[in-house]
Amino acid sequence: MSRRLYVARSRSVAARKLGDEMLIMSGRDSTLFTLDEVATILWEAADGWKPLEEIVEEKICKEFEVERGEALQDAVALVEGLAEHGILLLSSEPLSEPKLQGRIDR
Amino acid sequence: MSSLMVEMSAKALERGVPLSAQIDLTYRCNERCVHCYLDHDDHGEMTTGELKKLLGELASAGVLFLTLSGGEILIRQDFFEILEYARELTFCVKLKTNAILIREAEAERIRLLDVDSIQVSIYSHRPEVHDAITKVPGSLKRSLDAIRFLKAQGLKAIVADVLMRQNAEDYPKVRALAEELGAEFTLDPTITPKMDGDRSVLGLNAGEIALQNVFRDQALVGNVEEFCAPPSKADADDLEALPCSAGHTACYISPYGDVYPCVQFPLPSGNVRRTPFLEIWRHSEALKEVRSIRLGDLTTCSHCVHLSGCTRCPGLAFMEGNMRGPSVQDCEKSFARTGIASVNLLAKKSSNPALVQIQGLRPCATAA
Repeated sequence: MSRRLYVARSRSVAARKLGDEMLIMSGRDSTLFTLDEVATILWEAADGWKPLEEIVEEKICKEFEVERGEALQDAVALVEGLAEHGILLLSSEPLSEPKLQGRIDR
Repeated sequence: MSSLMVEMSAKALERGVPLSAQIDLTYRCNERCVHCYLDHDDHGEMTTGELKKLLGELASAGVLFLTLSGGEILIRQDFFEILEYARELTFCVKLKTNAILIREAEAERIRLLDVDSIQVSIYSHRPEVHDAITKVPGSLKRSLDAIRFLKAQGLKAIVADVLMRQNAEDYPKVRALAEELGAEFTLDPTITPKMDGDRSVLGLNAGEIALQNVFRDQALVGNVEEFCAPPSKADADDLEALPCSAGHTACYISPYGDVYPCVQFPLPSGNVRRTPFLEIWRHSEALKEVRSIRLGDLTTCSHCVHLSGCTRCPGLAFMEGNMRGPSVQDCEKSFARTGIASVNLLAKKSSNPALVQIQGLRPCATAA
């Protein structure tokens, strides 16, 4: 991968872990998705600050003993797919945690 | 329900996870609907802090689908603070409201918080009928305006109608109105007894003819022939089936922290002010009893012809006195749908006290 990719969870979705899987309801069109164990690990680590390649190395390669290049390729395909559904945000720059837009000013 | 949702519900059931919960934030209301089952006085609602703690406990327990209802939810001054917190905890939030306090600003705020859907009660297209049911002049206009504000924000609105004597003829026009507004439409043919057990409100039921008409309305039920077909014989799988999701993957919490299997099933199961939610969910003897019941265990219904296709509500049965017994309202629905009386209705007919009264009118030979 020629550039760093940063991923952040979209705040417009609803999400809950059920066993090893993550249930996600798209805020855009109420479509329900499930993420498998590996995708759930990526989702949970998607804080907007840590580059995807570091997440893959630290959370996937070590845990599942997979080759780094192959794991990263799969991870990029996955996060791009999720970004198309508005579930993840992607950027070449670090992403600050998006705030809920309807937040009450206190 | 999508196949994925069915799969996830089965997984939640297997793991004992409450996938969905309803919290009534308040029983107070700015309408006084004639059919309402609630006591609108405030007997000590949960505070903002208590509700936030509860939301945290529900999220930890695995609740994804959260319905906020009432009473009228927007009466609470902290409503948006609670909603915002619920969304921070990534619940899929559905709202139930009469919407008369929703104007442009509130609709925008609801949209910004990515609420999944807003269900609004509309009982007639005619102001004189709707407003007479809510007992609030101008309420139909306010509710319809609110739906327009919500739709202008691109939100999913659901028009919820309740079939009763006063409005039984109006639902097709309400459905048309919903369509015009870009909202979904749902019709509930069941009047629920009051939570304190008072059944007088059931006198508002629309009656058999109205039910028959509803069940033969293709726009509501789809294939009428299929929907109204005679019941098929229950098999072994049916006898092992669960009555419904209440207490299994769904639960209800009152404004006072009382946990019930469902809003329509007021079986006291614990109180979150005294006991953490998850402890109630896992260890309540009341919930364990609910979970132990299979269709084959039902006292009357297990040998009823309608068993496999009946909409029997265990909560309504509980309010009639026995959670394993029949719910006469569902027996009436099965009869209106298929023309075949349930075991319960047949038993009631054979012991009709009216016949005894007729005998009592005969001259009594032994009178002094």
